[in-house]
Formats: sequence, structure tokens, C-alpha cells
Amino acid sequence: MAEKYSNQYSKDRLLWSCRRGMLELDLLLKDFILEGYDSLQLSDRKAFETLLEYPDAVLFDLLMGKSIAADQGIASVIKKIRSIATSATS
Amino acid sequence: MVNTGVVDGDTEMTVTRRKFDALIIGAGGGGLRAALQLARADAKVAVVSKVFPTRSHTVAAQGGVNAALANVSPDNWHFHMFDTVKGSDYLGDQDAIEYMCRSAPKVVYELDHFGVPFSRREDGNIYQRAFGGQSQDYGGEQAARTCAAADRTGHAILHTLYQQNISARTHFFDEFFAIDLIKDKEGYILGALALEIETGEPIVIEAKTTLIATGGAGQLFRTCTNALINTGDGMAMALRAGVPLQDMEFFQFHPTGIAGKGILITEGVRGEGGYLVNADGERFMERYAPRAKDLASRDIVSRAIAIEVREGRGCGPDKDYVYLKLDHIGADIIKKRLPGIRDSAITFAHVDPIESPIPVYPTAHYTMGGIPTNRHGQVVVPEKEGPEEPVPGLYAAGECACVSVHGANRLGGNSLLDILVFGRAAANHIIEYLNEHRYHRQVDDDAIDRAMARLARWDKGGDGESVPALRAEFRKVMEDHCGVFREHEHLSTGLEKVHVLRQRLQHARIKDQSRVFNTARIEALELENLMDIGIATVASALARTESRGAHSRVDYSERDDNNWLRHSLYFEDGRLDYKPVRIKPITVAPFPLKPRVY
Repeated sequence: MAEKYSNQYSKDRLLWSCRRGMLELDLLLKDFILEGYDSLQLSDRKAFETLLEYPDAVLFDLLMGKSIAADQGIASVIKKIRSIATSATS
Repeated sequence: MVNTGVVDGDTEMTVTRRKFDALIIGAGGGGLRAALQLARADAKVAVVSKVFPTRSHTVAAQGGVNAALANVSPDNWHFHMFDTVKGSDYLGDQDAIEYMCRSAPKVVYELDHFGVPFSRREDGNIYQRAFGGQSQDYGGEQAARTCAAADRTGHAILHTLYQQNISARTHFFDEFFAIDLIKDKEGYILGALALEIETGEPIVIEAKTTLIATGGAGQLFRTCTNALINTGDGMAMALRAGVPLQDMEFFQFHPTGIAGKGILITEGVRGEGGYLVNADGERFMERYAPRAKDLASRDIVSRAIAIEVREGRGCGPDKDYVYLKLDHIGADIIKKRLPGIRDSAITFAHVDPIESPIPVYPTAHYTMGGIPTNRHGQVVVPEKEGPEEPVPGLYAAGECACVSVHGANRLGGNSLLDILVFGRAAANHIIEYLNEHRYHRQVDDDAIDRAMARLARWDKGGDGESVPALRAEFRKVMEDHCGVFREHEHLSTGLEKVHVLRQRLQHARIKDQSRVFNTARIEALELENLMDIGIATVASALARTESRGAHSRVDYSERDDNNWLRHSLYFEDGRLDYKPVRIKPITVAPFPLKPRVY
């Protein structure tokens, strides 16, 4: 499965999957793909892909800290997404 | 597969064709409501969506949907109609507004039966909350008219409609980007050319009827609340097909979006005691609204911020925003009453409002203008017979359309209602049309080739300007010249600048020429759409020499009913025309013109 995540095709596909119905999600997910995704371990990449399957409203609550993911892998990726978002790079 | 005649390198391209009774472009609430009505009437329906349908922007609508159910306060559709006509600053068409307000209870009960989990009262009836602009007895006491599914109304509606469509066997083309409408020589719309994003392959979707439901165009402006997908694709397609865009100068802004990001900071912050300051630390709203100060109406606060920035008193390295100060409120109150705002500020502005002010600027929120339609969802254009002749086979509904129920300004809770009522109405008319037009008309290859040429343009290699850079420059120009501060010189300069940018886009190139998931190509096509409707927006705003609703001119500060109680129509060739507002409702007496005072 590792190859699936390692080429531009997959990254472009993921980038398009980060186009969501809410601006907040667009910004958080796009920044993460561009700045944090490449350094993820395979398990985190799989967790990120699972996270993208969540409905927007659920994803919003998780990423904005209004709810907590029960799955440790998902929770770990959410922490990384928030870490990128709150680092003062832009 | 057919040979289109379009040459791609040494080989002529072939394009797959599919045939449907109805093609719906866009899978938000309007598109899905229409699709469901059609599929249940046994029409063969296709829905094209550039993102997975439940990721459409309807999901961001948290507030609710207005309907005079009278579950919480005395109410009826006449009061709702009065509020909507007044809110529109009398530019709304009163026949369409009557139709919408009368239909509202029915569409809400339908959603309830479809499975939308509306919040309930103890007696089991649907709960209704109060929003601004809602009144009893034609401007009297506050009404409570908004039905909501907690704070996830848009999400609940979208998911429910999607599941119902799956059950009804609607065909979805997920992650397909619509390029252009296909129009024959007699003016019939016969479907659209679309691009499968995953493979990069074009497809012709032939349809006896086509409904555009692609949502708004908030991405016109650098600072906006809209998702990245809101690039006005359907409006631009209609414009290229010869349909004028109506009332594009009317764009709703919210005064406090996080600067450079657009994320909304609600009025509640100022309600709790937060206030705005400029680079000198001055609480400048005292100059613009000595009594209401920071709690003045949205348009006054928005314009004050823009003027402060324009006159050099903006904050930050580029002096292009002001600060919203909260730290004096105290950490306890901020944590207790404004936790969501604090989290948004930390996440997107990188400041904790307990310690530092939030950089803010007016943020574009809602497109009142769009594709002109009648109350049956038919797209209408001026022809020899009159100002509103239907384009055969073409429909539009929702934020991309201008029916016009919002007129010069939209009321909260009426946008979800608009998509549901007119998505449904368009579908009902399409069913009638299909009964009278049982066979597909012949699609000429010439019509497809015109759409294919738009696609092929981005296959050119070589050097050229960058699409992302042009996009950023364009959105900044739109914000600077056609945002909340509008006057003749500023708009004129803005119009020249967007025309130049549109010319420069002709010479832009994308480096990635691959077919598979080429998002750079999609973004280039989106920017073409944005620039086309951006020109329409600035040109319409320049021409309208009055202030009405969301269109506020500092050089023409009053509403001018003698000259401007009319709809703007912008054509692709740059021509502007006008048509009268339909002030006669269907069954009741018109609401006479009055000053719009709250």
C-alpha cells in the first residue's frame, strides 16, 4: 500500500478530497497536505485518509476541538493538523 | 464514443456521450432537492458535482430555514413575505417572494418526512428560533420563524436529500467538473460537457433539460466566508451561453472576518463588549456611529473598516486590516461565552484573544445576483417578445440563480428556503417540459467542439503567468475596488484592472500537463469563471448610481427609486441592460415602497 501514498497522483487525489463544503476545513486540510503530509508515517497517512471520509460537520467538530476522536490513530492525525494550523507561518 | 473533430496532438479526440432526461449541475441542497423530485417522477436524472455531493457548501449553513409555522410566535406567510420584501430593499420580485413564503411550510414538512431531524418543542412541534429581520404584524414584535436541526441544519438537509436520492436511483457523476453548456442553433440547451477529474477524460452529458445549481461565488473576494469550491462556475457557463447575469452588484458582506482568511467572527463578540481599533489604537466606530458604535448595522461597520484601511490607518505590515479587541473582557468571560471564537482566532489568526486583538476585515458572504429565472426556475432572457423569455431546456436554482427573492439583501434563514423551494419548483416545471418534449434533440459536433476548445486551451505548453498568482491578484483587486467601499473612480479603476487581469489569464500556462487528477487545470478553469463574473460584478456596481441594500455607494448614498427600482442585466459582451422589478405579487396586494429602517 505504501506506493499508493507516495506519488503525485495520490497526493493530487488527496488534495482534491480536501476540497470541502466549509472554508475552515479547506484551510486546515490544504495546509496540512502541503506542509505536514509528506512527513507522516504510513499508519498516519492511512488514518488521514480515513479522516477525509468523515462528513464535514463531524470533521469540523473534531478539528475545531468540539469533539474528541475515540480512535487513537485519528486523534494523533488531528493533533498534527492542529499543530500545523496554529504554527504562525501564515 | 463520437469523433468531435477536436485535434489533440496528432490524433482526434473521441468523447463519451451519455443521455439523460435531466442534467443537474451542482449537488448542494438546491440540486439534490430538484433531483429527488425528478427521480421520484421516474425521470432519468444525472447530477454532476465537482466534489463528493455531501461536501457541497450547503453543509456550512448552520442557522436554519424560515417558514411561518407559528409554532413559537404568532406568524403567517404574509408577515414572512413583508419581511422578505423589506429586507430586499424592495428589489425582490414580489411574485417570487409570495410563492416562496407560501411554499415554505410545505417544504419544511416535506423535509421532516424525508428524515431531517429538526429540533423539537416539548409539545413535539418543530422548534423555531428568532433571527434578525423577522417580525409579526408587518414590522411589529419579533417573530421566531427559523426551523433548525441544532446547529447542523445544512448538514442534516444535505445528507438526508443525498440518501433519498440514492434510494430513488439518481445517477451521480461525483468529481466531474462541468466545462460548458451545449447549445444548439435554435437556442435549446442540450446538456453539458464535463471533465472527469480522476481521469482527465471529457464526457458529453446530453439532456432534454439542464438545471444549474452550482451555488455562489464568494471566492471572487480575497476575504470571504465561502468554501474554495464557490467559484461561480454555473453563472459563468450561463454567461458564455448568452444568458446575462442579473443584479451582480449585490453581494452581502459581514464586517468581521479574520483578515486574509475570511472565517466569520460573529456579532456576538461585539455584543459581549469587544470593539474595533485602528493602527493608532483609536476606537474608530465612535466617529462613524456615535451612539451605536461597534454595534451599528453590518453595512456601516463594514464600510468604516474599509475606510480606515483605505485612509492609511490599517494595522499590520501591509496596513490592510483593523483589530477586534477583546482582552479587556477578561479570560473567564471569553472562555465561558466565546469559546468557539477563541478557538477560531487561535487556529486561523494565530492569536489568543485573551491576550491579543484579532485582525479582521469585511468578509464576502452571499451572492444575491445570478442567473435570471422566473419562479418556475426557468432561465429567462430579454428577447423580442419581452424582457423574460425562457431559454428552452435551461433552469437554475439557489444561490447561482436570481429569481429574485433576496433582491438587494438576503435575510438570514431565507437562503436554505430559496434552494429548497426553487429546486423543487424547477423540478416540477421540468417534469411538465419532459412531458411535452419526449425526444432528445440532435447535438451537433460543432456545439461540443466549442466547449472542448475551452478545455484544450489549457493543454498549451510553454511559459506563461502562474494561475495561482493571477488568482491572488484578482481577488485582491475585487476586494479593494468592489468590496464594501464603492465610488465611481475606485470602481472604474477596478474595472480596468479586472479586464487587464482577464487578458493576462489568456497567456497563463499550467506546468502540470498530466490528465489524472490535474487539480491545476481545474483551478485554471475555475479562475476563468471567477474573472468572467468578477467583470460582471464590477461593471454592474459601477453603473448603479444609488445605494440599495448591500450595494452601498459613498458618492450616491441614497436609494433612488425613480431611476433604479430595476434589475441589472450584464451580458458577456460588456453590455448592460435593465428590466423592471415584478412588484405585483400573485394573490395579494403589492407591498408599497418604504424606507428600509430597522
